[in-house]
Amino acid sequence: MNVYKADLHIHTILSPCASLEMSPKNIVQRALEQNLDIIGITDHNSTLQCEIVIKEALKEGLKVYPGVEVTTKEEIHCLAYFSSLNDLSEFQTYLDQYMPNIKNDPKLFGYQVVVDENENIVYEEDKLLISALQIGIDKVEQLVHELNGIFIPAHVNKSKNSLISQLGFVPSTLKADAFEITKQTDNQSFISQNRLKSDTVILRNSDAHMLEQIGENVTFLSMESVEFSEFSLALNSLSGRKVILQ
Amino acid sequence: MNVKEIAEQLNLKVVSGSSGLSNEITGGYTSDLMSDVIAHADHGNIWITLQTHKNVMAIASLKDLSAVIIVNNQQPEDDMVSQSNEEGIPVLVTNESTFAINGKIFNLINIA
Repeated sequence: MNVYKADLHIHTILSPCASLEMSPKNIVQRALEQNLDIIGITDHNSTLQCEIVIKEALKEGLKVYPGVEVTTKEEIHCLAYFSSLNDLSEFQTYLDQYMPNIKNDPKLFGYQVVVDENENIVYEEDKLLISALQIGIDKVEQLVHELNGIFIPAHVNKSKNSLISQLGFVPSTLKADAFEITKQTDNQSFISQNRLKSDTVILRNSDAHMLEQIGENVTFLSMESVEFSEFSLALNSLSGRKVILQ
Repeated sequence: MNVKEIAEQLNLKVVSGSSGLSNEITGGYTSDLMSDVIAHADHGNIWITLQTHKNVMAIASLKDLSAVIIVNNQQPEDDMVSQSNEEGIPVLVTNESTFAINGKIFNLINIA
């Protein structure tokens, strides 16, 4: 079993609130500088920048879990990851279906562009990506799991756009594969304050919107390899794989 | 009725965006969900909320709202204040609850 260092919550230039420096090339470079083995690409309500990040990362032997940070109808942010580009693009069709038709205003919210490996703009997203989808958190969880994806409510103890800010509590019926928390909290207090099962899996990630934030907060995974299937096992503490608690 | 008059009559504290105090109020909208305000608020509405982050101002600008009132004596975050000043959309604070301030403003402006 090896220990892999992962930052699974990183925004790219596509997210309107992320810096224009967050190109695939720069993200990969910064991840290597931070000695990350795995990164998760999670833009707001869009998966369109993932593929190019994967291509760039492949050149350097860096593993990418492609994903998205969904904003549910309740305005809760949830991370979702998929094992293949096929599953990812299927999920993208749901995003397209449930995104309201609200146009972005780059001056107010920021630019939403997809760039290639040379940082040329190949697509500009018109719809405001920080809008809430027209479906609630349970439906999002269901769609992610139907595609064999991984569903992780984001920064659940943050003061906005989190399970706790929007619902006031962590629903025991929610089928989350893990919970992401912010760095200010320790695992045990979080689990007991929210009356969760003692074996609840907790992750920490950077939620990087700027290059310098990448790797600021990480999760250590004990797995045989960086393959997505290993990640699934680790989240369920199966076959000796696990998330190393800090 | 404009923002300045409402602020005076209801004793609201003007925190920022004072260049917009003369904004005319067309009605009110109360919501803490950004997506709801984007979908349903009308231009010139005064927005009552407990949210204190800078996206509130971006949305207030997008929807051309007259002002934002924050309830329960919550304080706007620094970046919300600076954007309020930039946009010229006032941020007002009240220590009343959403329910109470809604009632008072509704009666004052008498617009459904």
